[in-house]
Amino acid sequence: MTSEPYTPVIVGFLCNWCSYRAADLAGTARLTYAPTMRPIRVMCTARVEPQFVIKALREGADGVLIAGCHPGECHYVEGNIKALRRYTLLKQMLRQFGIEEERVQIVWAAASESKVLADAVDQMTLTLQALGPLRWRQTVLNGHGAEQAVRESADVRRAALAAQEVEGER
Amino acid sequence: MSEERVGVYVCHCGTNIAKTVDVQDVATWAAGQPHVTVARDYKFMCSSLGQEMVEQDIQEQGLTRVVVAACSPHMHEKTFQGACERAGLNRFMFEMANIRELNSWTTKDRESATQKAKSMVRGAVERVVHHRPLDMLPVPINPNTLIVGGGIAGITAALDIANAGYHVYLVEREPSIGGHMAQVDKTFPTLDCAACILTPRMVDVGQHPNITLLSYSELEQVDGHVGNFTVRVRKKARFVNEALCTGCGDCIEKCPGKTLDEVFEVGLGYRKAVYKPFPQAVPKYPVIDTESCIFFQRGKCKACELVCPTHAIDFTQKDEYLQLQVGNIILATGYDLFDARTIPQYGYGRLANVFTSMEFERMVNAAGPTDGQIVLRDGVTPPKSVGIIHCVGSRDKHYHEYCSRVCCMYSLKFAHLIHERLPDTEVYNFYIDIRASGKRYEEFYHRVLEEGTHFIRGRVAEVTDAARMPGEEGKLIIQAEDTLIGKQRRIPVDMVILSTGVQSRHDSHEVAQLFGMGCDFNGYFIERHPKLDPVLTMSDGVFIAGACQGPMAIPETVAQAGSAASQVISLISQGTLMMEPIRARINPDKCSGCRICNNLCPYHAITFHADRKVSEVITAMCQGCGACVSACPSSAITGAHFTAQQVMSQIEGILWDVRETIPLMAR
Repeated sequence: MTSEPYTPVIVGFLCNWCSYRAADLAGTARLTYAPTMRPIRVMCTARVEPQFVIKALREGADGVLIAGCHPGECHYVEGNIKALRRYTLLKQMLRQFGIEEERVQIVWAAASESKVLADAVDQMTLTLQALGPLRWRQTVLNGHGAEQAVRESADVRRAALAAQEVEGER
Repeated sequence: MSEERVGVYVCHCGTNIAKTVDVQDVATWAAGQPHVTVARDYKFMCSSLGQEMVEQDIQEQGLTRVVVAACSPHMHEKTFQGACERAGLNRFMFEMANIRELNSWTTKDRESATQKAKSMVRGAVERVVHHRPLDMLPVPINPNTLIVGGGIAGITAALDIANAGYHVYLVEREPSIGGHMAQVDKTFPTLDCAACILTPRMVDVGQHPNITLLSYSELEQVDGHVGNFTVRVRKKARFVNEALCTGCGDCIEKCPGKTLDEVFEVGLGYRKAVYKPFPQAVPKYPVIDTESCIFFQRGKCKACELVCPTHAIDFTQKDEYLQLQVGNIILATGYDLFDARTIPQYGYGRLANVFTSMEFERMVNAAGPTDGQIVLRDGVTPPKSVGIIHCVGSRDKHYHEYCSRVCCMYSLKFAHLIHERLPDTEVYNFYIDIRASGKRYEEFYHRVLEEGTHFIRGRVAEVTDAARMPGEEGKLIIQAEDTLIGKQRRIPVDMVILSTGVQSRHDSHEVAQLFGMGCDFNGYFIERHPKLDPVLTMSDGVFIAGACQGPMAIPETVAQAGSAASQVISLISQGTLMMEPIRARINPDKCSGCRICNNLCPYHAITFHADRKVSEVITAMCQGCGACVSACPSSAITGAHFTAQQVMSQIEGILWDVRETIPLMAR
């Protein structure tokens, strides 16, 4: 274990109507929060497939934040409720994978609640710093799925090599 | 490697982005990323030169996709989509990376901001290569308009639209239109009589052939989208048949049920159980208040029914529900006044001669409960001294931090009116700052200064009736720090007026929810842009006007109402609106007919074809949320512009740096 501070990477799925606007407002209001969240805009949290979350974790994110309108205030009536149902089921699956449930969080941030969103990112960053990096291949594929791990890591290596070729170094 | 040719444009936004993000580094780096043909940074991408740069590159470099890393897509997505279109590229072959609101403005760390900008750009590039050209969907605009709220904002907007030749439904919760302005005596700084300038407009609304006035009605439900809203309105039972009533007022005269008028007279005066809020009410028909009506409470009376010459009284009337089809909606729901009881040290409700500004407004009004006499609570004694306390509930961390913008001016108006009616009365104004920034406001302030009003700069600590010094007995003592001389002062007065501030409607959150839009911290509706789009909201086809957007005086309210009306008229005259084609589509070859999506759709936009055993999305009804797309177990549903492939690729893109640092082998 190294003692140098570890910066987690969070993928944030922000709903177009509330939380993306809350994030916009956080910027306009110059609220400072951890630069750890990489945003992806979706029209509604109901569009967030569990596969998106798994994909983000598998591709190297340490956590996923799903942010939407408050229950009862969804632009699409109740899309956030659907997202909440999926999230609850997804968490059970994450446990079976050996992934801490704190790594995937859902937050309700209305368009005016820039502070709520900023605080959620800060809080999640602290939580992930305490948990440490996810290391998907060790955490999830260790012990079983080794063949797949080799195959996948080959894919990743190819991708990495391709990227290196482009970049010329690193 | 890829046939796609992506252009990446990184905006400096002056220093807004460039100060925190190394934009040149991002652009140089982006030029080496897969699919990227050209990458540039530029001072202001949204300027015409910036847009022309994109257009030129599309044509000269044969770009097939464009990524602009700049501000929020809610700000400039349409700008750059327009640029793409002008250069012959479909507007959906574009993606925006929001490196300003979501990045440079939220951190001070240049290194991590630059890194985050790179990942957002890479995410956008990976996403945009999977974009598909889409055509905008034309939506016809229903020419009818709904206006919610019949104050001066709603009245102005309704007349503007109706005069343009389009039909308006004006819904007002109270029995009459007029709003707060109808309660006011004089308007600052011109001292026009409010009723004299307002009531002609109210009459115009009542008589206009293009306006359907639905007073004493409330909005129950809103469905649909811009161009085609279906609205359910509850028309509360008046117990007076509008078709028969002539508005003669005989019923009001004979009604034995008398009750305190808490709404229009703010508790200073009385009204009958069958009443019109004020003589010039529009519409002219009275309503029966079941709470104070002797017949409704005790089962007998019906005096009104006996005297009505046209037999218009109908005790069996029920609430009526109306279904309206409208294309646009203007919300002009106004404001509430701050409740002075919230600040107990000012003594409102406890000390008899502490009045709120609205009480004073009614008192000084010639048509008000005291016929315009300025008197103490006993109803006969004129005050020899009056203290006016500014900023009650405003500019105060404990209540509302904002300035209510109208209180300074109406407080000055009060001082003037007191001098005019009671020349020997001393008037003290306790203020923090005098905010007189409107047209001819400052001049009015100087006029009041010259009239001899005393101005004491400092927030009032308390209003008390506990006399400590000679001369204070039987008076209200205002204790305040005079910050100009740096001393505590106790001023004994006969009457105190609390200049209560403005706050959002108590039910503004519920109304916002009805329309799928937002309220800010203070409960005011959020405009699309505070400077450039003050009357537009995030919901297309829903506009706001007046004090429901924030505190404002009559001139600004009228200006906003006119602006909202012109927005609506412009949409109507276009006839059709082009809507984003972000909709779901079901591939019938993949659909297994499981019908999971059918019940998920909140808009009932998915039908099931029992004969072919497949579901189908009705494009016109789909709103593009994507709930069905993520639920389909056969992946048969595609959410245009938010396909799984596009989102998955974006995930890969934004994680480009951490993907490489993953240990390659599990062990």
